[in-house]
Amino acid sequence: MTQASHSGAMFGPSSANPATSGHEPANLGDILERVLDRGIVIVGDIRVSLLDIELLTLKLRLVVASVDTARQMGIDWWEHDPWLTSRARGELPAGTAGAEALEAKAGAEAIEAGAEAVESGIEAEERRAGRSPQPASRRGDTHPVHRQVQRG
Amino acid sequence: MAVKSGVWLHAVTRDADPCGLDGLTGIGGCAVRTVQAGGLVAVVSSVDLAQFGEEPLRRNLEDLDWLETVARAHHTVVEAVGRSRPVVPARLTTVYRDDAGLRAMLEQRRGDFDAVLDRVSGRTEWGVKMYAAPTASASEPSGTSSSGTVRPGTAYLQRRRAQLSAEDQRWQLAVAGAEEVHAALTGCAAAARRHPPQDRRLTGRTEPMLLNGAYLVELRDSGRFGDAVTAQAARHPGLHLELTGPWPPYSFVTIEEEPPR
Repeated sequence: MTQASHSGAMFGPSSANPATSGHEPANLGDILERVLDRGIVIVGDIRVSLLDIELLTLKLRLVVASVDTARQMGIDWWEHDPWLTSRARGELPAGTAGAEALEAKAGAEAIEAGAEAVESGIEAEERRAGRSPQPASRRGDTHPVHRQVQRG
Repeated sequence: MAVKSGVWLHAVTRDADPCGLDGLTGIGGCAVRTVQAGGLVAVVSSVDLAQFGEEPLRRNLEDLDWLETVARAHHTVVEAVGRSRPVVPARLTTVYRDDAGLRAMLEQRRGDFDAVLDRVSGRTEWGVKMYAAPTASASEPSGTSSSGTVRPGTAYLQRRRAQLSAEDQRWQLAVAGAEEVHAALTGCAAAARRHPPQDRRLTGRTEPMLLNGAYLVELRDSGRFGDAVTAQAARHPGLHLELTGPWPPYSFVTIEEEPPR
């Protein structure tokens, strides 16, 4: 089996076999979702807090279909908009505490305090995982229970 | 001022054989290299801390062009490493000041990495996204009322109520269908995870995403898994299924999946 490229195959009632479907380069949104939200969390020497990453993915979830699509739509405000950052910080008490705790705990001697830092990293990861089912205020209308919004 | 360099971690594996990694370009356009410790092999890029230090990194992550380039480069390396050996992808922005720091981490977390590498060995990740199929008749309530004695406004409201109730029913069927599909696909996989559904602005589709699933599948069962997706799509005409992959096992390398025994 080849792993040379990703397919993004759609299946309706009359679908082709996925193995025979056309191959397209992986969708940027799918890649970002994986490299930012998944993958093993390790506390490195240089840290961008999980909160920052979470805010970033929040923005991406809200905005980006693909860079091209975003540009076509004239969307570039995430680069300049302080509202999202400051406002979202205020709305993320649990995440803020978690991320700050992680940062504080990891501190300056991440390697020396490695075991502890790793532990807090895992805790933060668990909190992230545990928080995912409550997306209403933080992740936009990403959850199907908000269908009335989507139906206008 | 001298350029300070750091070590960007792409992935961890066990196999020191550089087969397939020769000439592989990492982040910043340089070839990737390996750092070994604790029986593990880390595949890394040397990066300029002026761009990948803590402050610049935070700033650069907000630049979508920059982010896209880095994300794609990182993903390309992870994928190449995982093509012929088990791989643990590192989350984006895992950076060390030097090889010694990375080696210390590998030694320290050797047990975790071994467990995860065992779990993903010989397996690959498939993504399945499910959407409610577009509704065929979402038009304004219209048509004639069968009852001539009902006032027009009341009749409209009755038709509207019936329409909303039908939509609600269709929605509930779609949600139940998505649960069924997920259960069936989970049965074909070694492990499965549900991620938060993507926003419609991310999917670019008008229908809401009902399920954003990831499935860890034995390499030899990939064809069978694809067949299962096709079969589920045929069984659920109210759903649109989108299959992506094969992916490196991004969704199956978090430690909390297997709590300490």
